[in-house]
Amino acid sequence: MSDADATLERVTQVPGVKGSLLISGTDGLVVAERLMDGIDGRAIAALAASLVQRLDRATQQAGMPAPTFVHLRGNNGSVLAAPGRSDLVLVAVTGTDANLGLARVQMLDAVGRLA
Amino acid sequence: MRALEPWVAVPLQTFITESSARLILLMTTSGQVVAQHGFSRSVEVMTAAALGAAIVASTEELARIMGTSRFAALVHGGNRQSCMLSAFGTPRGRWIGLVVFGSETSVGLVQLFFDQMVEELVQAAPREQPENQPLPENFERELDTSLKELFGR
Repeated sequence: MSDADATLERVTQVPGVKGSLLISGTDGLVVAERLMDGIDGRAIAALAASLVQRLDRATQQAGMPAPTFVHLRGNNGSVLAAPGRSDLVLVAVTGTDANLGLARVQMLDAVGRLA
Repeated sequence: MRALEPWVAVPLQTFITESSARLILLMTTSGQVVAQHGFSRSVEVMTAAALGAAIVASTEELARIMGTSRFAALVHGGNRQSCMLSAFGTPRGRWIGLVVFGSETSVGLVQLFFDQMVEELVQAAPREQPENQPLPENFERELDTSLKELFGR
């Protein structure tokens, strides 16, 4: 199992996480994914990369450091993103019942190891 | 944005808005222009259409030689601008999209919204064929007419 697969496996094992992806932050393309059926990884990769890039620009303009973790909460769940080095972004899709604290810890730990 | 046929306009405008693409050209595989956005001169459109159609023809031949199915898209990544070429089927025949985009968007977003536009075009396309089908011997005149309509002169 590759480092990327092991990372996704660890994040996906968190209760309530429906899937996780490793994406290219600049291109918005999927590098590796582990998703439940019915989740469009390509769309998540493109949109999450765009979101992280825009937040990065916004914080730069505000004179703040780049975000290390992004949590986008919706009515039916959340999208979590942890930008790493080498342009990779770790993304997780969760339901409303997910253990978000554990997911956050796992993602930050995983993205640190990947770099 | 200018389109020769009105049913192309809505899907194309949605794509332009969502993807933040700088230039787009929709054409048939023979290089006849269907719609364009962002080009200011007809000679640029003519050149881009001819080159785009030739590149798609080359990649499809390459795929045939390799014994694989057609390539879905060809992306050329540049420092300031990138370019995507993709051929797709419609009820009006096989068309080509040429998209030029910059760092304000990403290849993932462009591909995502391009695929959505293709689905919308396929749904919106009238099933009956146009009365005056372009013939090879009329190609230059057809191209000239479509360019005049696209640039309004």
